[in-house]
Amino acid sequence: MAILKLTIITIFGLTAFANAGIAETAILVQSTTSTKNSGLYNHILPIFKHDTGITVNVVAVGTGAAIKNAMNCDGDVLLVHSRKRENNFVAKGYAKRRYDLMYNDYVIVGPVKDPANIVGMNDAVAALKKIANTNSKFASRGDSSGTDSKEKSLWESTGVNQIAHSGHWYRETGSGMGTTLNTAVGMGAYTLSDRASWRTHANKADFKIMVEGDKRLFNPYGVMLIDKTRCPNVNSIAGKAFIDWLISEKGQTTIAAHRFAGKQLFFPNTK
Amino acid sequence: MFNSHSTSKNHLAPILVDNISLELNNRLLINGISCQINAKGISVIMGPNGAGKSLFMRCLHGLATPNSGQIFYAEKPLSPDIQKQQSMVFQSPTILRRTVLANMLFVARQRGQLNPKTSIEYLAQVQLEHLAQHPARLLSGGEKQRLALARALITRPTILFLDEATSNLDPTSTETIEKNLQLVDQQGTKIILVTHDIGQAKRLADDVLFLNRGILTEHGPARSFFKSPASAAAKSYLAGQLVL
Amino acid sequence: MTIYSESFFAAFNLLATADKDLVEILYLSINVSLLSLALSCFLGLPIGAILAIRQFPMRNLLVGIFNAMMGLPPVVVGLLVYLHLSRSGPFGWLGLLYTPEAMIIAQMILITPIIIALSCQVLEDLNEDYKDFFSSLVVPKRTALVAYIVDARYSLLTVVLAGFGRAISEVGAVIIVGGNIDHLTRVMTTAIALETSKGELELALALGFILLGISLAVNFFAQWLKATAKRRAYV
Repeated sequence: MAILKLTIITIFGLTAFANAGIAETAILVQSTTSTKNSGLYNHILPIFKHDTGITVNVVAVGTGAAIKNAMNCDGDVLLVHSRKRENNFVAKGYAKRRYDLMYNDYVIVGPVKDPANIVGMNDAVAALKKIANTNSKFASRGDSSGTDSKEKSLWESTGVNQIAHSGHWYRETGSGMGTTLNTAVGMGAYTLSDRASWRTHANKADFKIMVEGDKRLFNPYGVMLIDKTRCPNVNSIAGKAFIDWLISEKGQTTIAAHRFAGKQLFFPNTK
Repeated sequence: MFNSHSTSKNHLAPILVDNISLELNNRLLINGISCQINAKGISVIMGPNGAGKSLFMRCLHGLATPNSGQIFYAEKPLSPDIQKQQSMVFQSPTILRRTVLANMLFVARQRGQLNPKTSIEYLAQVQLEHLAQHPARLLSGGEKQRLALARALITRPTILFLDEATSNLDPTSTETIEKNLQLVDQQGTKIILVTHDIGQAKRLADDVLFLNRGILTEHGPARSFFKSPASAAAKSYLAGQLVL
Repeated sequence: MTIYSESFFAAFNLLATADKDLVEILYLSINVSLLSLALSCFLGLPIGAILAIRQFPMRNLLVGIFNAMMGLPPVVVGLLVYLHLSRSGPFGWLGLLYTPEAMIIAQMILITPIIIALSCQVLEDLNEDYKDFFSSLVVPKRTALVAYIVDARYSLLTVVLAGFGRAISEVGAVIIVGGNIDHLTRVMTTAIALETSKGELELALALGFILLGISLAVNFFAQWLKATAKRRAYV
């Protein structure tokens, strides 16, 4: 352990390539792959930085991992999409409150061959039932992300015990959205994705949106400032400034202005 | 330059070997050797293969430790401090992966001899100064052994050990080495050498220790040894017969 | 396979235009790898040398442990470093999680055993050659240690290369402790993982080609150095 300490101290002095980001005001946001991979942060962060001078660093993992990291105090702001767990996070005192930020929706995508014959449906639960009944392959995130918990709750509504078929037609990748989409494309499996991740995913091959428009596919994002009494290291001033900006008119219009191939990806919904 | 060597009484003498034995893997390789070696001159250790000559010399220098018995230098047991006043040239010399000069400097530095000029002088003594900047491992066998000798001499040893240092060498290198040995001998360095070369032993030896199967069978002045060896083993060895 | 030509072209394009993001990522990759390599050598070479030239109780056990540690799974190392550097962990007060320093620590833990175990093997061979001479000369232990490392420098180059190869290509540990943060902790491997997850397979492969190019360049340089050394019988 003494060696480790010594090493850390040695390295601490070795910041030859020290990042300007550490010296100036910077905050760390624990967030999801869906927001990051769809380019949302690349769009809004430079504008925020221009307005406030604050650098925002984003760690993009699944919602479950992001919440865990936040509970370990490894971040200032949490921006995720799993309402139930966000409420739990607030209830446990890790944040004073949750702010509605924006939403989009989930879609079920699959190969054009469509073995379960679900194309054009707008009932997600019925579509999943058909997938199960035809033993068509379905790729699940299986990583306790926001999308994963949404998918699990949809399966619950179908009454199908899909986990019993895990390894057969039901395949849990245990990976992020992008990797799961790659896997689904690779093996011709249906999967549930948020619309932003799907739109911006480059490796679509012959995959199409099969099911959309079900109000159960609603995908709201929330943002929280990690509580300073829980985590004394939190930069609550800069963190608060980021949240205030996000829910301000400027922030909301900036989110709305983020487009991919001409289409809006996230819809601001701060009340 | 060799004038700087001490010509006063050898302060590591007398060398007293008191009943040493060494066993390795259940084989008794040194079997109760006792002797007193002169303070000056060249002592030659002879004997057939497997007699324990090299091992005996390694014991004298402290590279091997006897299971029993002791070795005294001027009544003191062998210690690193005494070892530092000795040098050894091995049959196949260890050559550092550096230049010839760097080989010299490494050894010289161990004895506080920091001036590179001195190293060059010692190289000249063995006719290697023109190769000073040459990678040492590219030297010929004879050159390597001459380098090893120069390295040994720069430490200004009180006792110099040579373990078959000239076997398989060209005559020129052997001659250079022998000349140097005679020179340092005259300057008071005690030399103990193992050799198979009877001619060399005759040229250099002041006294001879003859070993056979780990036993010191004979120790006496060179002249009488070569003239009339006492033991049958030595007799047949000198006659060029197979000693069993 | 058109993907090869497309990716190759993309790689060439990125390099030719000196793409700003690419340069930044490359710079950080090389910096992190070299620094962790340097620190690992600083720690590992003397330990390897001591294990090679000295006999002491537990020595063989230690050698066995370091040999086994060469196969440490990067994600496990990443996780352990994460747990220690997390704000809620014992070293949280250092504030090192999600920094290049954290990545260096994780890589050091991965590389140091490689340096120790392989240098120990190399130096054991040299020790066979040198030990009688050094012992005859009564060379102090520290001097011997330095001499071993200096004289085996060209053989140790292979050891150092193995460490560098592990560092520059490793993704499992650095993505956990670095967080793959844009402009802060994104390196070549995590960028490749990211582009793959975005489905940008050509771009990911293009970055892979560039990474491969670095490895090739480094190895050719080392090979040339070693060949030179061999001609001078320094190996």
